[in-house]
Amino acid sequence: MMISGVKETGRDKAFLIFNYIYVILALVIVAYPVIYMISASISDPKYVGSGEMWLWPKGFTLKGYQIVFENSKIWTGYANTIYYTLLGTAINLFVTMPAAYALSRKDFVGRNFFMAMFMVTMFFGGGLVPTYLLVKNLGMVNTVWSIVLPSAASIWNIIVARTFFQSSIPKELQDAAQIDGCTNMRLFIKIILPLSMPIIAVMALFYGVGNWNSYFSALIYLNDEAKYPLQMVLRQILVLQEMSAQGGGAMDAASAAALNNKAEVASLVKYAVIIVSTLPIIAVYPFLQRYFVQGVMIGSVKG
Amino acid sequence: MQDTQSILTGSALPKMKKEKNKVWKRVIQNWELYLFIAPAFLYFLIFSYGPMYGIQIAFKNFIPTKGITGSPWVGFDHFVRFFDSYYFWDLLWNTLSISLYDLAIGFPIPIILALAFNEVKDGFFKRLVQTVTYAPHFISVVVMAGMIITFLSPSTGIVIHIIEWLGFDAPQFLTDPAWFKTMYVFSGVWQSAGWGTIIYLAALSGVDPQLHEAAIIDGASRFQRVRHINIPTIVPTMTILLILNMGSLLGVGFEKILLLQNPLNMGASDVISTFVYRAGLVDAQYSFSTAVGLFNSVVNAVLLITVNQVVRRTSENSLW
Repeated sequence: MMISGVKETGRDKAFLIFNYIYVILALVIVAYPVIYMISASISDPKYVGSGEMWLWPKGFTLKGYQIVFENSKIWTGYANTIYYTLLGTAINLFVTMPAAYALSRKDFVGRNFFMAMFMVTMFFGGGLVPTYLLVKNLGMVNTVWSIVLPSAASIWNIIVARTFFQSSIPKELQDAAQIDGCTNMRLFIKIILPLSMPIIAVMALFYGVGNWNSYFSALIYLNDEAKYPLQMVLRQILVLQEMSAQGGGAMDAASAAALNNKAEVASLVKYAVIIVSTLPIIAVYPFLQRYFVQGVMIGSVKG
Repeated sequence: MQDTQSILTGSALPKMKKEKNKVWKRVIQNWELYLFIAPAFLYFLIFSYGPMYGIQIAFKNFIPTKGITGSPWVGFDHFVRFFDSYYFWDLLWNTLSISLYDLAIGFPIPIILALAFNEVKDGFFKRLVQTVTYAPHFISVVVMAGMIITFLSPSTGIVIHIIEWLGFDAPQFLTDPAWFKTMYVFSGVWQSAGWGTIIYLAALSGVDPQLHEAAIIDGASRFQRVRHINIPTIVPTMTILLILNMGSLLGVGFEKILLLQNPLNMGASDVISTFVYRAGLVDAQYSFSTAVGLFNSVVNAVLLITVNQVVRRTSENSLW
């Protein structure tokens, strides 16, 4: 984009300076809350609550993490989330990849019918209650299936994968394989899939993050707390506690102080739990960013 | 099968028969492809079309013991009850105003950001900015709600401290209905504006460098080149995204709203989808809430088709 050898005029310099200020501002606005949370999770809650800690940690403590790691609910939630994410993503890939490949084949009779049938669901659906009743009638409420099956595939991701197959797998490969008497199944497993590792990675990442972060199906389908994924545990700690803490009435000084201390510890735990739950994704994300961006770009070629 | 075959041979042209045979040959040769599509087909049939069958309870009085088919029909009773209710206009207004506010702020910001990123020289700084601004996209909605609540909580939240440090009185963001929409929209911008630039940057990378070279030779400034080369390049992408956004005007970020709702801000935060959730799954008014949900989906579908139609008349960038 930069064409060297051409002198920047004064106007252009001013434009560039404004542009850099704008970009740096965006960077600061996005980065600040994240840095603040990391600092707050290892700072004395006294300084955090009063606003004295506003950027770097003050009054270093690991008590928040200690409480988080001692909480069995969080561990159970973590284990459940890992289980749901692994199983869910495996199912997502099993449904998405073969379907996307079939839809990418021009010689697949019925391709337009299937595509139209899938696309309709992008614009119109049964809605919350009929879906709930269906899952209930299938006897899946309060089982792992209610978490992984209703979201087994996303039409967006099928389209992205199909676009990849269409644009990156040469048709000659398929022709050659078929002349050699290779069946479609062998072709797909032995030739197409090994060539499609980039798109499999993108799909696994998209679905994986979605499964890791989802809470709503757990909220409506699970009623046994032992089966709650991490996000539901987080909801109890981060959202519900705060709401109940707001409705405080009159009280004497001693219990107010005790409550205050409890509130301080609670806020420390909040920051720690945010970091602990988001860390796995934020830690691997910079290394995988390339794949995520690739996924969005493949999808944007033909939407 | 044999019957149709013989009928065809009797009446149709030989050429058509040949075509037909060719199609059948392809179907048989590629039978495994139907195996490939079967899981997705079954998934959409059961979990997308299954609930569509269940929509009929919007016109019935659903009684769980009688099932969907056995429950008695009541026609449009539930719809009439919803349109006549005192909260109908409040719900519709809240839903529409949150969506339009979100669209007015959340739609242009990624575009401006992408145009600005595009002018930054490739290198470490650009990679840093992109990595950092994309990252919040991966924060879960629960954590996002938790962050909003902690940052804005009265007397201890950091945003409150900053506002007071600047010398203003901090409002009660979490409980004041007047602030709910702003809180919702701007937290959304924080979380997804960076990620939203990717699709525009992809479009911008397709600009022919010769256009820029020619413009430089003609003495165009950087600003003029952004204005007359870069912006027209991303207009098709903008149009498509705008249409898609219009199609979900009544489908606001339900999960985040549900998490941020409390009894005090309900006046501004209750939208159609949270109402459906409460009436349907909390209060078990299955038929009534299905009717409300159906109203919502139908308005969405109609909006999407209308906007697409309008765009198709005025430019060639429509969805279909």
